[in-house]
Amino acid sequence: MNAPARSESVHKVEIIISNLLRTGVIASLTIVVAGTILSFAHHPEYSSSPGELTRITGQSAGYPHSPRQIWRGITELRGAAFVMSGLLLLIATPIMRVAVSIVVFAVQKDRIFVMITAAVFVLLVLSFFLGKA
Amino acid sequence: MSPLEFTLVLFLISILAGGLGSLLGLGGGVIVIPALTLLLKVDIRFAIGASIVSVIATSSGAAAAYVREHMANLRVAMFLELATTTGAITGAFLAGRIQTGWLYLIFGAVLGFSAIEMLRKHRDKIQIQPPADSLADKLNLHDSYFDQSLGKVIAYRVTHCWLGLALMYVAGCVSGLLGIGSGALKVSAMDLAMGLPIKVSSATSNFMIGVTAAASAGIYLRRGDINPFIAAPVAAGVLLGAVAGSLFLGRLHNQWLRIVFIIVLLFISGQMIWTGVQRI
Repeated sequence: MNAPARSESVHKVEIIISNLLRTGVIASLTIVVAGTILSFAHHPEYSSSPGELTRITGQSAGYPHSPRQIWRGITELRGAAFVMSGLLLLIATPIMRVAVSIVVFAVQKDRIFVMITAAVFVLLVLSFFLGKA
Repeated sequence: MSPLEFTLVLFLISILAGGLGSLLGLGGGVIVIPALTLLLKVDIRFAIGASIVSVIATSSGAAAAYVREHMANLRVAMFLELATTTGAITGAFLAGRIQTGWLYLIFGAVLGFSAIEMLRKHRDKIQIQPPADSLADKLNLHDSYFDQSLGKVIAYRVTHCWLGLALMYVAGCVSGLLGIGSGALKVSAMDLAMGLPIKVSSATSNFMIGVTAAASAGIYLRRGDINPFIAAPVAAGVLLGAVAGSLFLGRLHNQWLRIVFIIVLLFISGQMIWTGVQRI
């Protein structure tokens, strides 16, 4: 592979990754903010009663934190579930970036880096399933 | 305080933390966690969970710009992420098993280290020929970047890959344990141990922070440590503050003001350590 061709393709990849990161962050935070507004709209008592605060920020606060609970919450239009789905998308953004990198290294026929990147990807996906324990 | 007031106060504090973080070149996390725990008495586990999410947001936002400018070394980042993600998973697991008093204590110590790190002049060393590293050659990690202040392309060679991996594992652990980016540790590892230029080190570190944080954020989320009512205003606020900070404030170069901030950070670090000691 000659040098200029490589640097041009590298640059193209850098633009793709850059756009991916930016889009992911903007989209996820939009969902997070919308979800927060939704939950305040659903619960008028949140803007008046101080007692509610310890309930929703205390140690035994109930909110969805598994994909299934989040999905069910979304179908019930619960604000907290939207917030969680936005946060999930935010967490997924760097993971998608790694996935894109695997493809890029594969196209460049860089076998060592395909393996390195795939290992990082597996670690990230694994961490999500390990968290349940 | 009603939940609405709490959300707004949290949002404002997070904007300030994000702005201050970018002004000082620290992450937002290292400032938002003491603010949440010491000022608002939020459970430290929820503070860490909220912070790690905000770290992903700011790092991904900043990384997008650095990658475009070809400042970050993506190959070095990918290689070292093997160690930082493993470390982050270890750290997030430890965080769920140790007493909260220890979290305060370790956080205080890391904050103190980061504050003292700010005293170090971030200047490039005179380029000496770095020792050859066969792994760096094999992985083709060497690269170059365009230095704006020098107005030319600077080529650099990477060295001590194994030492770099070991240090990155530690940085990942700290990040996963405390919910911060641990950028100071990552930059030191690349700059001091691996011979990368300081500008490349900080751009690459920013790029890696998001992936590292994603590894522990998944664990925190599944464990229920990410509370939507706390994480939402913190993530949005810190990102907003960091973006505003980088657009309008730039980096703080006034030496006196830096020293004032360092003293304040050392004071907060002492308070976190003291809170920790009382709880153990």
